[in-house]
Amino acid sequence: MQAAKLIDIRTVQGADEPFVRIQNVDKSYVSRRRSLKAVDNVSLDIRPGEFVSIVGPSGCGKSTLMMMVSGLIPTTGGTIAIENKRITRPYIDVGVVFQRDALLEWRTVLANVLLQMDIRRLDRAKYKPVAIELLKRAGLDGFENYYPWELSGGMRQRVALCRALIGNPPLLLMDEPFGALDALTREQMNLDLQRIWLENRKTVLFITHSISEAVFLSDRVLVMSPRPGRIAADLRIDLPRPRRFSMREQPSFGRYVAQIRGQFQAFGLLNED
Amino acid sequence: MAAPADSAGTTGQPELLPIGGGGVSSYLYPAVATLVLFAVWEIATRYGNVSTLILPAPSRILETTIANFPLLLHMSAVTASEFVLGFALGAAIGMPLGALIVYARPVEMAIYPLLVAFQTIPKAAIAPILIVWLGTGITSKILIAFAISFFPIVVDTIIGLRSAQPETIYLARSMGASPFQVFWHVRFPNALPYIFGGLKVASTLAVIGAIVGEFVSSDQGIGYLVLVANGDLDTRLVFACVLVLTLLGLVFFFIIEACERIFVRWHVSARQAQSTASGD
Repeated sequence: MQAAKLIDIRTVQGADEPFVRIQNVDKSYVSRRRSLKAVDNVSLDIRPGEFVSIVGPSGCGKSTLMMMVSGLIPTTGGTIAIENKRITRPYIDVGVVFQRDALLEWRTVLANVLLQMDIRRLDRAKYKPVAIELLKRAGLDGFENYYPWELSGGMRQRVALCRALIGNPPLLLMDEPFGALDALTREQMNLDLQRIWLENRKTVLFITHSISEAVFLSDRVLVMSPRPGRIAADLRIDLPRPRRFSMREQPSFGRYVAQIRGQFQAFGLLNED
Repeated sequence: MAAPADSAGTTGQPELLPIGGGGVSSYLYPAVATLVLFAVWEIATRYGNVSTLILPAPSRILETTIANFPLLLHMSAVTASEFVLGFALGAAIGMPLGALIVYARPVEMAIYPLLVAFQTIPKAAIAPILIVWLGTGITSKILIAFAISFFPIVVDTIIGLRSAQPETIYLARSMGASPFQVFWHVRFPNALPYIFGGLKVASTLAVIGAIVGEFVSSDQGIGYLVLVANGDLDTRLVFACVLVLTLLGLVFFFIIEACERIFVRWHVSARQAQSTASGD
């Protein structure tokens, strides 16, 4: 199958070599002589094939961190490197998914997935079967020629996910990708994402508000403090894969969730009385 | 892979709705309303002892229109070329200017206040000056039509280009898009519905501009004919001119709307689908 051939072309790297290396990264926004520190001295290594989530309160700079990793916004201080190459401009070998699906309304589902090919002037015809296969596996078989406004929110976000996967990038950056979806759709998307990830083990940096979503999906969960965002905790999630929803009722899962929630309580963000 | 459970409501490709969206009733209602209006007008003027100098009956206006058809056609051609060219000039200058204002901050700072100041000048007030500069021929009318119609095109182009969702721009850049590619693939198509909104407003304004110009000084055109007929106390011909002018404006408007339907189909269809989902 064509899609299968395109997957896993990435060369296997030394296991200890980080795929993404974030070192002492700061981000400040200056406006009207006031300086606002969004991200404060964050250092972080992500290994190839690792699924890393960042949880944190709103406005803690987790989205800013992701944007800096993608090279879309510059850092104020520190360095970010992907595969030992320092990021100074948008890094294009990546799939990005935002909370809003950012589909182009004037393009069909298929043309949205193939946007990258138009921008990079790659052969559309060559990638068309890949796109159709991706859509099929996302449950969008037969929707290729629909326009985004004809789809539901969950379907739109699936298209956005296919669009991120089309070039088979080794890195996925996801900024609260399921945050705008209803609870049921969100759970399905979690399962689908896990399945896709298990199939080709891309490196994933996943931003979320949801503690249980982070624990469910990740190899590692990082907890960010309220602004200025620092990494307050770095938890390894040792749960077998594929993970199932029933695991959420298990004590081990509950302990991870409680640990992270404890961090939030320590920030004074959660008060039970 | 589970089939999407959230696909309810979009099981089939929806059929394209007729222009105007909503079946026979969308033609029927305005047609009936128009007929009633003209019937009341006809009866009132015939049996209400209204002087034909004040308000002629619709049937008389139609008669006069038919009787003077070659003259009206000739004058229409003049007026139409004035407002079409004025509008075209407005679009040709307005759209690039809007893009320039969005992309070049110095241009925005330098030009935008001037533009707003220029817009607040009543164009009818500068029409005589333009005629002094450019003569009583067609050029001065084109320029007045341009001056009155280009502002909404500029403003809507600016709004449209700025309305792109930031995520869509980030996304294109993360795919390696150059600034021109961001414009071509994201900002410009996103702006098209707004630009067409501006063009539609501009199309009606351009007609007004051409007539204002002809009123000030001219020797042909529908505006000129209105002045002549009015001087002769030929109220029926004045109304015939108004009728012809209304038709010209409508045709022009609908041509632009047809272009919109071709270029911005995704947007128009979305609107129609929403209106049928909420109404009917």
